[in-house]
Parts: sequence; C-alpha cells; structure tokens
Amino acid sequence: MKLTGAEIVCESLTRLGVREIFGYPGGAILPVYDALGKSKLHHVLVRHEQGATHMADGYARASGGIGVAMATSGPGATNMVTGIATAMLDSSPVVCITGQVSSKVLGTDAFQEIDITGITMPITKHNVVVTKAEDVARTLREAFLIANSGRPGPVLVDITKDAQQASAEFNWEASVPKLPPKRRRNNHDQAEFDRAVEMLNTAKRPVILAGHGIMVSSAMRAFEQFVHAGNYPVAMTLLGIGCFPANNPLNLGMMGMHGEAWVNNAIQEADLLIAVGMRFDDRVTGDLRTYAKSARKIHIEIDRAEINKNVKVDAALVGDAREVLERLTPHIETREHTSWIRHITELKGDSAVRDIQSLPDSGHLYAAHVINDLWKETRGEAIIVTDVGQHQMWEAQYYHHNRARTLITSGGLGTMGFALPAAIGAKFAKPDSEVWVVVGDGGFQMTMSELATIVQEKINIKIAIINNGFLGMVRQWQEFFYDKRYVATPLVAPDFAALANAFGIRGERISKRAEVVPTIRSARESAETVLLDFRVEQEDSVYPMVAAGASLSDMIRRPNNPLVETATEP
Amino acid sequence: MQTLVAYVENKPGVLNRVSSLARRLAINIDSLTVGPTENEEIARMTIVAHTDERGAHRLEASLEKLVDVLLAENISTRALLERDLALIKVSANQQNRPHLMELIKVFRARVVDVAPESLIIEVSGTVDKIDGLLEVLRPFGVLEMARSGRISMTRGGDLLRPPVSEPQAPNSSPLAQT
Repeated sequence: MKLTGAEIVCESLTRLGVREIFGYPGGAILPVYDALGKSKLHHVLVRHEQGATHMADGYARASGGIGVAMATSGPGATNMVTGIATAMLDSSPVVCITGQVSSKVLGTDAFQEIDITGITMPITKHNVVVTKAEDVARTLREAFLIANSGRPGPVLVDITKDAQQASAEFNWEASVPKLPPKRRRNNHDQAEFDRAVEMLNTAKRPVILAGHGIMVSSAMRAFEQFVHAGNYPVAMTLLGIGCFPANNPLNLGMMGMHGEAWVNNAIQEADLLIAVGMRFDDRVTGDLRTYAKSARKIHIEIDRAEINKNVKVDAALVGDAREVLERLTPHIETREHTSWIRHITELKGDSAVRDIQSLPDSGHLYAAHVINDLWKETRGEAIIVTDVGQHQMWEAQYYHHNRARTLITSGGLGTMGFALPAAIGAKFAKPDSEVWVVVGDGGFQMTMSELATIVQEKINIKIAIINNGFLGMVRQWQEFFYDKRYVATPLVAPDFAALANAFGIRGERISKRAEVVPTIRSARESAETVLLDFRVEQEDSVYPMVAAGASLSDMIRRPNNPLVETATEP
Repeated sequence: MQTLVAYVENKPGVLNRVSSLARRLAINIDSLTVGPTENEEIARMTIVAHTDERGAHRLEASLEKLVDVLLAENISTRALLERDLALIKVSANQQNRPHLMELIKVFRARVVDVAPESLIIEVSGTVDKIDGLLEVLRPFGVLEMARSGRISMTRGGDLLRPPVSEPQAPNSSPLAQT
C-alpha cells in the first residue's frame, strides 16, 4: 500500500496506540495535519507549543504510556524546548514530532528552519531527522521503543516536509525497529547482592528512600511487599509521592529541602539507607559532606550513570526496581525495628504541635488550609497537578496521596507554567478521574492561555490558584537570605475569576477559611471546568526548610505561631 | 587521566553526541580519536579524558545510554597498548642535520620529508615517547606539529569486541520463549 509520509505518520501513530496528539500546526508540518484530518486521531490544539509538550508529559505521567506532541519547524520547535527538558529531567516518555523544511534546502537558513535536533541533543533521550518517507514508520516505532524503555525520556523526531509529501510503500510488519546492537551488561552481581542482603538483615535503623523509579517500573506491589518484609520506614522523594500509600504507618512523608523534620532527622540518624529508583538530587541530600554520615547505603537503580554520582554507595543493585525488589524480598529476615520506629514517631510528635493545621481559625487563609481541605474533600483520590514553588511544597506536605500517578509535578527542572497544560494532558489520559490544578499566581500567568484549550476541548478540570501576590518561593528566599529585599517578586495579576469568565469558565475568589470547603464542594459538583482564586496570606513561608547547600540536620523549623507572626490585619 | 574505548555507529552526528555529552558532564577531553573498524558500519573511539575514576564511570555509563553507542568501557586500569602518531616539521641546516639524524635514530623515528631548510619526522609510540622526542627537538626549532591523539587496545586475550546484531525475530515475545 502506497501512502505519503504524512499519512504514514498518522497510520503509525494509530498503530502505536496513540489516541490524542497535542500540537500546533504550521507550514513545515502541514502535510501531516492534512493527513490528521482524515485519520481517527484526535488533535488537541494548544495555545503555545510549550503547552503541547507539557500536555504530552502530563498524559504520560498520568497513564504510564507515551504522550505525543507535535509542532512545526523553527519557532514551533524551539517553543517545545522547555517542555522537552522538563520531561527529560523527570524521565517522562514523550515523543515530539516536528516538521522541518524540505531536505533540499536543509542548511540554507530557509524560512522557519532551525537545527532542532542540534538544540535538543542534550535534553532528549534520542532525536533524529527523517528525510525519506520510507523511513517514517520505522523511525516512529524506534522513537516509541526508546522513549518508554529502560529509564524513560523524551524523543524528538524531526520530519522534513518532502519526506511528509513523498509516497512510499507502507508495510507495518516490515518496519521493525532497527536500533544499533547494544552490549548486554550482566547487572546482577551476586557478591553485591549478598552484601546488600547482609546490610538489610543487620540494620538497626533502616530508612527507605522511595523515588519515581518505583512508579516507572510499576513496582508498587513489589515495593510494598519489600517494605513489610523488613518493616522499613519509608521516606519519599517529591516524584516518589504516591508510590507507597500515605496512610501506611511506615510512610514518613517527603524528605529533603521541605521535608518534615522527622523525615530528615530519621535519614540523618539512620544506619542504613535503601534508595529505590531515586537519584540523590541536591534538593534531597542537602550538603553531601554531612549527609547521612552514619548510614551504609544501598542503591537500587536502573541507570548505571546514577550510581555513585552524588552519594557513594556501599552496594549498587543495577536493574529494574520491580525485578530487583522481587529478588531481594525472599531474603529479608523480618525485624520489628520497634524502638527505631518509636523513636521516629517521637520526632514526629514534636513537629505535629508546630503544624499550622492544629491552630485555630483566626479568619486568615493559609495555603496549607486550602490544600488540607482539598485533600479531605477529595478523600485524597484526585489527580493533583502542581506547578512549581511554595504551593508545590505545601501540596506535597498536606495532600496525602495513596495511589501512584496521582501527583504530577515538575521536580527536576522545576518548570513554572507546567501545571495547567500538564493537567489537560492528565485529563485526556484519565478522563474519568477528578483532576485538580494547584498553581501559584506566578506560574499560572505563564501558561494561562491554555484556558482556551480547555474550553475548545470541553474538558472538566478544577483549577485552584494559590494567590499570594508574590513569586512566593523566591520571596521566601529573599526573606530568609537577602534581608527581605523583595526585588522583582511582588506580582500584579489580573482578576483571575473575571479572566476565567472571559474564557467562558466559571471563576470564584475565596479569601476566608470558612469559604474554602463550600467552594471546593460546589466546584466538584460542576460538570465543567471551574477556577478558584484563593487569596492566601501574602508572606507565608514553607517550613521546615533546609537552605540550599546546608546540612539536612540544619533545618529552619516552623515558627511556633505563624498566625501571629504573619498576620497583618485584625 | 582516564582512557575509554567506545564502539559507535559509523554515521554523521555521532561524534557530536559523544563530545556534547562530555561537555555536559563538564569532563575535558584530552584526545578523542575515531576511525572505522573492520566492520564499516561501526567506528571505534579512544577517548582520553581529564577526570577521575568516578567521572570515567559516569562518562562510560552515560555514553552507553546514547542510542548510537554500542559499547563504552573504561580501560584505564587494564593492561594496555597505546599509540600516538606525530608528524613534526623541524628546521634543519647542513650543520645540525647529522646531530638531528642521530636523535631520530635513538627515538626510532623516521624522516619522511626532506627539504633544504627542514625535515618532517614521523614518530609513533606512547605519549611519553613522543613528548620526549619533542623536547629534544625544540632547540632545533619545531616549525609545525600534528598529532593523531591516542589509540588504545587492551593486551592479549582481553578482547573488547563490538556487540553484534541479534537475529531479527519480529514476532518474538516473552511468551514465545516458554
């Protein structure tokens, strides 16, 4: 069967199981768009190509499958860069398809020509230029294979316009991936494995560091069995949240820069750290010279390049998290770790009284209240997509996730503007799930044009803006480390409720704590998208905090009475 | 200094991916040589990098993550044969020419071009040997020098072969093996 390259793109994507494509048309990709119109694929028209990549990313993270974004050459492609980098840093399987000028004029600075494979080389797992129609099907199959195997990541396929227009014989069965042969490493080292087992069975104060890799390898059940086999307390990375139920007594919560004090103290006092599918990011370890000095370390990780990168480990078990855990669990001798767990609980008791949630309502609205009420009202079952900053950390602290893939957030790159488009992608992946955007007033203004996409696609998501009139996290750093010189952090915003109305979306403003629950309830009852503008305390800070580069033991704790400290009106 | 060998796809852009990776990891490359192997689809690289063992591990593992890299291996601690090739153009007149020829003989180098005012000397061997010859030639006036960069191979039965393509089995699935 003879098809054009453009038709082969659509036919291949369909056969690869794709239903939705997030994209934006333009000259160099027009043949594919023409073919899209004749296919069964659903195209979601975004308002900026960055949004397309975040949507594909949100789709991938919510589903575990691959998200697809599409754009034209030149500016269309360069607008994707931030979204691609976001996916790369968080190991998210996204396939980006870009149009490129005709192969005959490649390298001539033709209109809207840019070397997008050159630009994205360090931020993709792989990228490739296709100049022949006959290569399209095989290349797309390879892209999908690469994106979601091993440690996942984004792949960009740049297709020249003449390759889209030319015709070629389409033979799906014959278009099998032809990737270069790879050396098969035998990652199972029995001596290393035995050493790890010995450490696991002799530890007195073990702590597991649970990361995103557990979800990527769908190891949730194997992980739970492993945890219960040894009664190990579990600390989570930001992206690990959800891989182990928050309501399990062994779940301590999030570690690191804004982790609760008892979590970081447990790590600092531990004699064994078992890192699973995490990479010892600086936001997790703080100062490496003082990090968990008395602990031996086991690292279960699929990517060899992560071993001993930041933290020198005593046993490295390279491989898929599920496989390694399933191999380890039968060797675990049950220990109660009673006194160690009791000790951590005591650490917790100290922090609980400092918790803003236990303080009475004085009429002021704190972000933590909003997140806590949202958690209670949704019974922790919604998919929450956050942006980056203070609200992101409060979400991680106060929304307790019990299921994997229900917190979607930009961790590694920390991309503001991620939340709204990523939530749109997540909703397409999980149309029957309740999806909430939790976003700051700064990040929302970066990609709020995607409100139009929501309206055009008639989708139902809920948007909670944590509006404090500041670029809050940066303001907090200025407060703590720059003597309260608030340079470029006070932020003027439009009336978000009115803005929502202008898009045809219901919007409401909330500034009292008592209004939070009723508005969340009424928003949840609506079958359409609702935007809630929560006017929260302006100069509230995220506690506890480990300053960048400081020791994990050296935390800025919650003030005893934040209401008195930050309230400015009666 | 660490020495890595990599087998890569012999096609455009691969050298860029490899060097770009080293740059991203903030590892300075001292020399990088690349040439085809007995299989023309595969090229072999010898990468000499300014880094420690930990950096070399990261470079090795990161290189192997590149789709076009078939194999990467840090061979720094293995028994190695290493060779560097240099062409050195040195000024030579009637008076010092015999002295120069003497030195060339000692270093087992050879003269490959003779002109009235200069010679081109070809020398191969370890980096140290070439550096040594260069030092003694300096007083004569080194006019130009070109060096190939190091190529390395592990000695004896310590083989480092590129992996071969597995036979295509389009219908293979985990179930098919049972």
